[in-house]
Amino acid sequence: MFSFDIIGEDSTAFYMKTKAQQYWRQNLIYLALLLAIWFVVSYGAGILLVDWLDQFRLGGFKLGFWFAQQGSIYVFVILIFVYVYLMNRLDKKFEFDEV
Amino acid sequence: MDIQGWTFLIVGLSFALYLGIAYMARAASTGDFYIAGGKVSPLANGMATAADWMSAASFISMAGLISFMGRDGSVYLMGWTGGYVLLALLLAPYLRKFGKFTVPDFVGDRYYSRTARIVAVICAVFISFTYVAGQMRGVGIVFSRFLNVGIETGVIIGMVIVFFYAVLGGMKGITYTQVAQYCVLIFAYLVPAIFISMLMTGNVIPQLGFGGTLADGSGQYLLERLDGLSTEMGFDPYTDGSKSTIDVFFITAALMVGTAGLPHVIVRFFTVPKVKDARISAGYALLFIAILYTTAPAVAGFARANLLETVDNAPYADVPEWFTSWENTGLIEFNDIDGDGNINYTPDESTNELVIDPDIMVLANPEIAQLPNWVIGLVAAGGLAAALSTAAGLLLVISTSVARDLIRRTFVPDITQQRELLFARVAAGGAVIVAGYFGINPPGFVAQTVAFAFGLAAASFFPVILLGIFSKRMNKEGAICGMIAGIVFTAAYIIYFAFMFPELNNSENWLFGISPEGIGTLGMVINLVTAITVSRFTKEPPLEIREMVETIRVPRDLEKGSGRGDG
Repeated sequence: MFSFDIIGEDSTAFYMKTKAQQYWRQNLIYLALLLAIWFVVSYGAGILLVDWLDQFRLGGFKLGFWFAQQGSIYVFVILIFVYVYLMNRLDKKFEFDEV
Repeated sequence: MDIQGWTFLIVGLSFALYLGIAYMARAASTGDFYIAGGKVSPLANGMATAADWMSAASFISMAGLISFMGRDGSVYLMGWTGGYVLLALLLAPYLRKFGKFTVPDFVGDRYYSRTARIVAVICAVFISFTYVAGQMRGVGIVFSRFLNVGIETGVIIGMVIVFFYAVLGGMKGITYTQVAQYCVLIFAYLVPAIFISMLMTGNVIPQLGFGGTLADGSGQYLLERLDGLSTEMGFDPYTDGSKSTIDVFFITAALMVGTAGLPHVIVRFFTVPKVKDARISAGYALLFIAILYTTAPAVAGFARANLLETVDNAPYADVPEWFTSWENTGLIEFNDIDGDGNINYTPDESTNELVIDPDIMVLANPEIAQLPNWVIGLVAAGGLAAALSTAAGLLLVISTSVARDLIRRTFVPDITQQRELLFARVAAGGAVIVAGYFGINPPGFVAQTVAFAFGLAAASFFPVILLGIFSKRMNKEGAICGMIAGIVFTAAYIIYFAFMFPELNNSENWLFGISPEGIGTLGMVINLVTAITVSRFTKEPPLEIREMVETIRVPRDLEKGSGRGDG
C-alpha cells in the first residue's frame, strides 16, 4: 500500500508536468504561426516585396504602399485578437484558465 | 468666441477633468502607487496604454514627417504598432503571471543577480529620462503656439499638472487620467481628419478617402494626383521610397523591438488582474493606437496634396489666410529668391523658396479645412493630452525604479511600506523637476536621443526578457554579458555617428548600410547571440529559477492557485 501511494503521487506530478509541457508546445506552435503572418505582412509585403506588389492596385492604392501604411497595421490588430481567442481556448482545454 | 477663448476653455476643462480624476484615484499603498492595485479593467488598461504610448511626437509630428517622407514614413507606422504584437505574444502575459511591479524586478529575480537588476535600473532610468524631456518640451510648445505664453511658462504649467497627479495618485491616478486623455486626444485627432477627408475626397472615413478619388470632379485618385504633383515639382513620387530596403528593414525592426522593450509600456500590463486580461488589453491597446496610426498617413497624404496644390507656382499675393497666419509663427518661411513673386517649391536647395516645419501638417489642418474655432482649441487640448499622458507614465517608471528597485530591493530591504511610498513620491517629484529642467533647457540632441532610447530598449530589455521566458537554460552570466554587449555596441554606434562625427553620418560610412536609427536591431542580435553562447559555457541556473520559469509559462498554478507575491 505504502509504495502504491508513492507511485500515485509521482504519477500525478508527472502528469502535471507533461500537461504543462503539452500546453507550452501548443503555445509555441501558435506563436510561430502568428509571428510568421506578422513577418509576412510587415517585413514581407511592406518592405521586401513592396516594389513588386506595387504593380497591383487596391482602389487608389498601390498594393505594396497600402500594406506599408495601412494593411500591416490592420493585420497586427487582428493577430492579437486571434491569439487571445486561441489562448483562451487552450487555457480551458488544459484547465489552466484562471478563476 | 475667438480661437484663444476656445483654446483656454477646452484646455482648462480638460485639465480640470484630469485633476478631478487624480483626486478621486489617490494611491493608498505601494501596490496602488506602482500598479494601481492590479485592479484595472482590460479595456481601461488598453486606453491607458494607448495614451501612455502615443506621445506629443505621435500626435503633432508624425503625420507631418510622413507627409515629407512619403512611403518611407511607413517605418514609423509599422515600427510603432508591430511591437505590440511582440509584446502581446511574447512578453505581456508571462510578465503578468510573474506578478511583480517593475521590469528590473523581473530581470533581477529571473537572473538571481543584483548586478543584472542594477544594469536594468540604469537602462530604465536612462530610457525614460531621454523620452520625458521631449514630452515636457512638447507641452511647452503647444502652450506657446496656441495660448501665446512663453515655452517656459508652458513647461511649468505642465510640470504642476503632472506633479499633482503622478505624485498623489501614482499608477492609479495616472491610469484613470490616461483613459480620459486618450478620449480627448483621439477625438481631437479624428475631427479635423474626417473634415479634411470629406473636403478633399468626399469620403467620411479618412482611411478610405486616402485611397479614393478627389472630390473636385476630376475622378483622379488622390494618390495619383499626389505622385503627379510631386514629380512635376521635382520631388520623388509620394508612393515611392528613397531609403534603402535594408535600412527600412532595420529601422522598422528596431522601433518594433524597442516598443516591446520600453519599460513604461511593459509596466502597464502589471496593472490588470489576470493573465488573460493582459493578453486582451494588449489587443485593445493596439486597436486604440491603430485608430490614430491608420488615420495619420491619410492626414499626411491630404495635407501634402493640399500644400502642393496651394503653393505650386502660386503668386505669393494669392496665398490663403492660413498660410500667412502660420508664416507669423515661423513655421512657414517664404523667401522670394528669384524675385518673380511666385512660390517656387522644389527639392533643390539653391532655388527652393519655401521652408515648412513638418509639425504644421497637423496643427494647421483645422484652418486649412476652415473648421470652426473650437476645433483648433480641441487640437491644442489633444496635443497636451498626448504629451502629459506619456510624461506621467515615464515619470512613474523613474520613481518606481528609484524607490523600489534601488532603495527597497537593493539597499534597504527592510524599509516599511509607508516609507517606501514616501520615497516613491519624493522620487516622482524629483523626476518632474529634472524633466521640467530639460524641457526648458533642452539638450541640443533631442532628435537623436529618441533613436537612442529605442535602440537601447531593443538591445537591452527585449532580448533579456524574451530569453528569461523562453529559455530555461539562460543564466545570469549569459544575460548580463548579453545586455552589456548589446548596449555597448548600440550606444557606441549611435554616439559615434550622432555626437562625435555627425559629418560622417551617411550611408557610405554606415555598417552594412544601417543608419543609427536602425542599429538597435543589430544590437539585439548581438545581445541574443552573446547571451546564448555565454550561457552554454557557464553553470545552468538554480532549480528554483527553472521552476519559476515553468510557473510563469502557465496562467494558473494548479497546485497552489495563482496569487501575486507581495514582492
